[in-house]
Amino acid sequence: MTSLYYALMIALALGAYFLVRSRAAALAGGQTLHSRPNYHGLLAAAQVIIPMILIHFVGSVLSARFVEYQSLVAMDPALLTDELRRGAAFREIREFASGRGAANATQALQAGAAMYAYLAALTNWAVLGLGLAVGIAMSLFSLRSISGEFRARNRFEHVVRYLLMACATVAVITTIGIVFSVLFETFRFFQKVSPVDFLFGTHWSPQTAIRADQVGSSGSFGMVPLLVGTLLISSIAIFVAGPIGLFAAIYMAEYASPKFRAWAKPILEILAGIPTVVLGFFAALTVAPLIREVGTSLGLSVASESALAAGLVMGIMIVPFVSSLSDDVITAVPQSLRDGSYGMGATRSETIKKVVLPAALPGIVSAFMLAISRAVGETMIVVMAAGLAANLSFNPLDAVTTFTVQIKTILVGDQEFDSAKTLAAFALGFVLFFFTLTLNVIALAIVRKYREQYD
Amino acid sequence: MTDTSMTPPAPGIRTFDYGSDEAQARVKRRYQTEARFKLYGLLAVLFAGAFVFILLADIVRKGMPAFFEHRVVLTLDLDASLIDPTGRREIDALRNGDYNKIVMDAWRANFPEVTQRAERRRLEALVSSGAADDLRAAVIRDPALIGQKIRFPILLSDDADLHFKGLSSRISSAPGTGALDVKINGREVELSGSGQPFAAILADVKAGLMQDAERIGAELARLPASQQGGNNAALDARRIELAQRVAELRRRAGDVGSAETIDFSSMPSRIVRAEGASIRLQEIGASSAKGFLLVAPQREISRIDSWTVATFATPESNRKASDADIAWLETLNGRGAIEKAFSTRFFTSGDSREPELAGIRGALIGSALTLLVTLMVCLPLGVGAAVYLEEFAPKNRFTDILEVNINNLAAVPSIVFGLLGLAMFLNFFGLPRSAPLVGGLVLALLVLPTIIIASRAALKAVPPSIKEAALGVGASHQQAIFHHVLPLAMPGIMTGTIIGMAHALGETAPLLMIGMVAFIVDIPQAITDPGTVLPVQIYLWSDLPEVAFQAKTAGAILVLLGFLFVMNGAAILLRRRFERRW
Repeated sequence: MTSLYYALMIALALGAYFLVRSRAAALAGGQTLHSRPNYHGLLAAAQVIIPMILIHFVGSVLSARFVEYQSLVAMDPALLTDELRRGAAFREIREFASGRGAANATQALQAGAAMYAYLAALTNWAVLGLGLAVGIAMSLFSLRSISGEFRARNRFEHVVRYLLMACATVAVITTIGIVFSVLFETFRFFQKVSPVDFLFGTHWSPQTAIRADQVGSSGSFGMVPLLVGTLLISSIAIFVAGPIGLFAAIYMAEYASPKFRAWAKPILEILAGIPTVVLGFFAALTVAPLIREVGTSLGLSVASESALAAGLVMGIMIVPFVSSLSDDVITAVPQSLRDGSYGMGATRSETIKKVVLPAALPGIVSAFMLAISRAVGETMIVVMAAGLAANLSFNPLDAVTTFTVQIKTILVGDQEFDSAKTLAAFALGFVLFFFTLTLNVIALAIVRKYREQYD
Repeated sequence: MTDTSMTPPAPGIRTFDYGSDEAQARVKRRYQTEARFKLYGLLAVLFAGAFVFILLADIVRKGMPAFFEHRVVLTLDLDASLIDPTGRREIDALRNGDYNKIVMDAWRANFPEVTQRAERRRLEALVSSGAADDLRAAVIRDPALIGQKIRFPILLSDDADLHFKGLSSRISSAPGTGALDVKINGREVELSGSGQPFAAILADVKAGLMQDAERIGAELARLPASQQGGNNAALDARRIELAQRVAELRRRAGDVGSAETIDFSSMPSRIVRAEGASIRLQEIGASSAKGFLLVAPQREISRIDSWTVATFATPESNRKASDADIAWLETLNGRGAIEKAFSTRFFTSGDSREPELAGIRGALIGSALTLLVTLMVCLPLGVGAAVYLEEFAPKNRFTDILEVNINNLAAVPSIVFGLLGLAMFLNFFGLPRSAPLVGGLVLALLVLPTIIIASRAALKAVPPSIKEAALGVGASHQQAIFHHVLPLAMPGIMTGTIIGMAHALGETAPLLMIGMVAFIVDIPQAITDPGTVLPVQIYLWSDLPEVAFQAKTAGAILVLLGFLFVMNGAAILLRRRFERRW
């Protein structure tokens, strides 16, 4: 149905474009037009396409709600208030209506499915009819409005301008979407679990039992072990990436010959471009066993999913991030500062340590913060190489878990949408989003504040 | 100037003798610090380079086996009564033929001595369950084959495949000394010879026992000490048990010349091969040995002059392929029936629970569909947003918010976009789960900031004179931009887009959230079909316990890296080729 709708829309738009353009061109023989015939055509096409897309979008969202509501009413009005069964029941209705359902369907299900099939077809045709009618009406309107003085170009450019603005707004809408979808579910989570328990509890086991009378039916949602795990792995990562990234940046910016740079830069770019799932595979299958082996031979007990393995590989993942950002800020330090230092007889390394790095410090600090935020939000490496058990431990050889691992574990697979467990994932997502956003805002603010000091 | 240099130094100003030893030493120290500092920098870069190299080498080493498969070429009797009893050659009838029986009959015919049920099942398990499907496809392609005897490659199972790829056990082979008398009683075999033909093997077995004793001894030494007053019963029992085992092993190892019985759960297996037969040694003495006939000889034998003994380093219970499996496979290999071939199956079939049948086609198509959606959505949106922000946006509060927002969006963790997709696209708009459509939309939002930033940089790089010239000859603002500035910025925009797409291709986490992790055998045909993508397939396979999937995972990673390499290479080429410096 959707493809039919859009095929008709494109056909109508093309028709309007060519018809209007040729009419305008014919008119141009007799009098001078304000706008070239092409613009008349483009405006006509836009006047068909935009309303039709809007109608389809609004129409399908509204009709989907309407159809769901009505078919559930036809099946069993009690379902409407039962959030848990509602989704499952509607899925069943759709399955049955599409002919894939079970043969032994209940009477109520059959009634619901019949209603669904009837209303779905009806609303689809209604949307199609409405869209078509508006499209044709707009084409006729465009045809009638052709005249010498008609400012088709200005109008069309006006439309384009608004379209471009809409494109730019998508980024804002995305942010709002993220904030709302996460915030809304988090709010619902806090209705079930108190924020104090969530923020300061030291026990995390989101498994809620199926029956209320089972042991551990409540589940506990203290995020402190996850926070500690996340920070542990991120600090290992930054301890690896900080020195390596910074030294690499200093070498590339201050010492390396152009020839060496031409070799080394692409290698760092390759490292930056390796998908994290690949690094996770490497961490889990090569680095972790290696660390375990070395640890065991030293007489240490190393968990097979140690924080160290995940942290090390994650550190190497953010090396190119630290080094390219630091490289930029080091290169941006004016040459005159260096020349002044050399003039005083300082060696290169003294100049770097005493002059260049202090001058570049705000930029480097912000690079480190961005790198930490990247490490905190990284998912695949920890999912594959770090553990699931929420141990409250600061020992890098233990298995710890992180925010991202828990979000992934909770949300992959079948979920009942209203349980505290599922909502907890969104609450964790909110904490993660808030944490990384804060780091970013601070990092950008630091750069902004100190940027013009040497210009 | 001259005056100041002439006057003696004022009191309070220190003078230095730069030629003094002390000063020279200081200069030397400073230069050493300098050299050290430079070395640290170089080491940091080299470390990153070395990591990339080790990573790629490790994955290539692990992944290469995935591109090859082993098959056994058998002569199949395509009996018409089994395939097409009606004789009408209808496709439906051909589809239902009993191809499995044809394959299995031909396979079992290699080892007629295998009659016992459990053993027969092991033998049959060496052939892939997909072998019959290959035969079916070949027959349907060419029904004229029915009734003929054809040579046909039969796919081996993953365990057999791993054996030939050298991933199951290290096998060392040595020639035996002296002639042996052979007594075969059913499957029991007695081997004996003059001049102690098994002395070397027995010594080897005893050396192995000694090693085991040392290993257990080390374990014993690592046990924690008993605590005063604590409950040490379990610990003490364990200590006594280990000590007894060490003593027993040492006694056996030290008793030179006494016969040994092989314990297949902890000791390497030894197989005597001669005349096409394989005999697993169970009791080894210096001059005689008892064994089990794994593969029967080609003809009746009572005496063998030349023989070899193969040692399987890994004990039988620690590997997937049993001694019998290996003996069968090696026998066939000796007959030249095993062939190694490039595995086109890896690229042409979808996911499967059987490692030897699993391929990446479904994931590749899923990735292509997902990226198509991403491109269709984020290219117009990204370019539109960039053009607006760079050329039309008034400088006001709203535009400021937009800019900050885009920069921050670029740093939001990808998994949060997955949450957005789950809450918005799946639960609110009710789009289908696991579909490339939703995956594409989520990835489009994820890479949108990248494309906007790259496009803005490209637009900014076009000199204003171009636009001014267009405006000067009477073009409208939009005409100047869309007819002149944008085409000149296009190479830069394309470069940014390709890099964004490469990023999207490697992204995994948000797609896990929207259910693209399901086990899907069917290859998606449309953007609303359930599907998966290459990185998610890698993640799924990496989680599976079968060893063979490890190679598949690394193979899929190689394909993914190959695509990324091509995309990034294209971006670099595009930049070199078309980007103009003004």
